[in-house]
Amino acid sequence: MVHWTAEEKQLITSLWAKVNVEECGAEALARLLIVYPWTQRFFSSFGNLSSPTAILGNPKVRAHGKKVLTSFGEAIKNLDNIKATYSKLSELHCEKLHVDPENFRLLGDILIIVLAAHFTKDFSPACQAVWQKLVTVVAHALARRYH
Amino acid sequence: MLTAEDKKLIQQVWSKVQGRQEEFGVEALERMFITYPQTKTYFPHFDLSKGSDQIRGHGKKVAAALGAAVKSIDNLSQALSDLSNLHAYNLRVDPPHFALQLLAQSLQVVLAVHMGKDYSPELHAATDKFLSAVAAVLSEKYR
Repeated sequence: MVHWTAEEKQLITSLWAKVNVEECGAEALARLLIVYPWTQRFFSSFGNLSSPTAILGNPKVRAHGKKVLTSFGEAIKNLDNIKATYSKLSELHCEKLHVDPENFRLLGDILIIVLAAHFTKDFSPACQAVWQKLVTVVAHALARRYH
Repeated sequence: MLTAEDKKLIQQVWSKVQGRQEEFGVEALERMFITYPQTKTYFPHFDLSKGSDQIRGHGKKVAAALGAAVKSIDNLSQALSDLSNLHAYNLRVDPPHFALQLLAQSLQVVLAVHMGKDYSPELHAATDKFLSAVAAVLSEKYR
């Protein structure tokens, strides 16, 4: 089980309270598809992904990005049991979609950059460290079915 | 592979960094040591407390090297040749996938923090590619 100090939980929840899940989620997924184009492979049914502009404006990308970040919200509500929170999603990503777990790490990196760009100076080094820990834990939970 | 468009975008990012590159280099190192404590393994001889002269000096060095890489973006292999030797034979820093990626991520966070919305997806993608290319050159001689 992952151990979170009170300070770490504070840093996570106080930042999360200010996050616009729809906007941030959409942006994170869009950037994943733009910066790491091979990830588009999993979204062939999403329509036009031919350019950064197309991706950013794609309504399916926006909707799915919101879904993805909403699930992060669930993890944040259940910091002491992220494994259980992601159990079904792990099954889906590993056993059905066969996503290489490396890509979970990439999305985590992208989310950190999106948060940094939104919160600028407020995204302190301590904040970055805690959120890095969170995305790592989430990525690990998602990859659990492979182990 | 860096396209002409990527190179243009990288010059754009670097021009925004002009005059503050040392500050950015230092902040990237600070963030890297806090976020990825395993990277401290390469600096047992450093005072890693915030604001230390050694981190300041090293941040300056890293920024200067990146600036040189941006100027020689068409020939990174040659421009970074000495650093490539250093990282492979002397420092033996874990390959890009490990340690250098962590510095690259920290650098990008610094850029995002300071440029905010201006750190667009397009700039983000080009910078990510550039830093990957630099890391690849630095690890060319690993084995």
